[in-house]
Amino acid sequence: MADIRLMKGNEVLAEAAIRCGCDGYFGYPITPQSEVMETLMARQPWTETGMVVLQAESEVAAINMVYGAAGSGKKVMTSSSSPGISLMSEGLSYIAGAELPCLVVNVQRGGPGLGTIQPSQADYFQAVKGGGHGDYRLITLAPSSVQEMNDFVDLGFELAIKYRNPAMILTDGALGQMMEKVELANFKPRLTNPEIHEKFGSWATTGKPASRKKNIVTSLVMDSEEMEKNNLRFQKKYRTIEENEVRYETIQCDDAEYILVAFGTSSRVCQKAVEIAREKGLKVGLLRPITLFPFPKKIIKELARRAQGFLSVEMNAGQMVEDIILSVYEAGSTVRVNYFGRMGGIIPTPEEVVEALEEKFSWEISYGVKRSY
Amino acid sequence: MVLKDLIKPENLVYGKSKVQEDVYMHYCPGCSHGVVHKILSELIEELGIQEKTVGVAPVGCAVFAYNYIDIDWQQASHGRAPAVATGISRMYPENFVFTYQGDGDLASIGAGEIMHACNRGENILVVFINNGIYGMTGGQMAPTTLEGMVTSTTPTGRNVDLNGYPMKITNLMAQLPGTSYVTRQAVHTAAAARKCKRSLKKAIENVLAKKGTSFVEVVSTCNSGWKMTPVAANIWMEMNMIPYYPLGDIKDSVKGGHIIEK
Repeated sequence: MADIRLMKGNEVLAEAAIRCGCDGYFGYPITPQSEVMETLMARQPWTETGMVVLQAESEVAAINMVYGAAGSGKKVMTSSSSPGISLMSEGLSYIAGAELPCLVVNVQRGGPGLGTIQPSQADYFQAVKGGGHGDYRLITLAPSSVQEMNDFVDLGFELAIKYRNPAMILTDGALGQMMEKVELANFKPRLTNPEIHEKFGSWATTGKPASRKKNIVTSLVMDSEEMEKNNLRFQKKYRTIEENEVRYETIQCDDAEYILVAFGTSSRVCQKAVEIAREKGLKVGLLRPITLFPFPKKIIKELARRAQGFLSVEMNAGQMVEDIILSVYEAGSTVRVNYFGRMGGIIPTPEEVVEALEEKFSWEISYGVKRSY
Repeated sequence: MVLKDLIKPENLVYGKSKVQEDVYMHYCPGCSHGVVHKILSELIEELGIQEKTVGVAPVGCAVFAYNYIDIDWQQASHGRAPAVATGISRMYPENFVFTYQGDGDLASIGAGEIMHACNRGENILVVFINNGIYGMTGGQMAPTTLEGMVTSTTPTGRNVDLNGYPMKITNLMAQLPGTSYVTRQAVHTAAAARKCKRSLKKAIENVLAKKGTSFVEVVSTCNSGWKMTPVAANIWMEMNMIPYYPLGDIKDSVKGGHIIEK
């Protein structure tokens, strides 16, 4: 029978981790995601599945514990919020450079600096462009409901392990804090040590049996030619991810002349905005990227051929809009791409979104034709 | 009789541990790292723990430690080796996990991680190579650089008003209840190296017995960074380093137990 509950997004992250066979969680308290570790500590999964939960002394330590544990072949994760993710970014670069799988959750709050504890999407660039130093990418999933907060824990781990690359759930304080109905996943057993030896024995630091050579988890390569080869391999992997792992949702895009593009919390606002705009007679649809890296370029290119315009709706100063412009440019289209957003922890209202759409595309709406740049 | 007639198993008086890789080391001639690597390799072999040992290499000269000892290794970012070791050790409580860190890595950028790993009593061994200088980056001041000591960032000598004081971080770690065995050793003479080996053996056995954190400082030379010959560096270390960083056990207790200051 389905296990359906009313839960907070942050609590669900913890529950989903236990149920998907996660081996370890290392974290540090920060609002608005502290319930993740609190829920885990209350649930005491070490008595149930053997999952380790440890409160680290800092986000820096937490991500390095993840690096160590992931390097030993275990399925491990951490969660934090914006300032904490900045601190973890060096570690994420090492994890990507050493090609280790792990899951990192960013329950975003407004920045820059200490900023605010209210929800934000201002870490889009940080998440999809790498964040730390060097050429690397995080597989970035953007849930828009508590149900997806649940589903993406398992999916994030699956993709991270498949590509030996860190995956990130990029969510925000609104989704972390709000309660919704959620159908919890069934329990999956953790891998046993012999299973880990068998599956990941070619690279994991499980302790070196006499039967194999030593494994060295490192991102250091002193020889430039070799380091370039590493980089080329990473880039090839990222292209494969772009080819195979794009996920998105389209809502009323079939006949749409104007496409709202939004992820996470702002996509929920946009669902309502589509309804309001349609009542006004405007043919508006919504494209909701689910994976932010890989970015759903192909569907944007398709939509660019028939749409009058795109409006990127974000809770930041306009970050994803750059990726939309790039996709439209790659499609050889001249359709206009605009941005509307609120910052500082403010969630835009559906009315504001429709108003912005009408204002920014007033020329197109008045004349009923596409205007080029 | 020619040399090759003498090469027989019964004539063997000294050999390299099988756990030590048969490769050239990148360390400078006279550097203490090689001796400590040799001791660790011997102990891993003697205790029969090669299959359950995982080392964590630091940032610094010993970043390449993984090239020299035939065990699984992870290379940590600068100063974070104790956190990385925590992650591994918590996942495999039966394994023997150790960090190998220099003074810049452990006492400067990694001061937070080492303090908290020791405070939690992580069941790991910390090998702390203290040569009072940043070797890898070209001889800059470290937290452990002695007062008046010339480095590339203290060209007129360490001035405590400007740079603070040489840090006895090993004594600080001994204050934390999570550590069970804290000692300071050296490897500049055969006698010192033998004593250091005994200490490291005890430290490893403590970890295998799950007694909490064992911390072994090795007061070391960096003759290249100190701009001395290996022999002169050993003499300088005895005359200057060891009086400030005296050798011997600082704590030999149990996790949660009290410090025995000597």
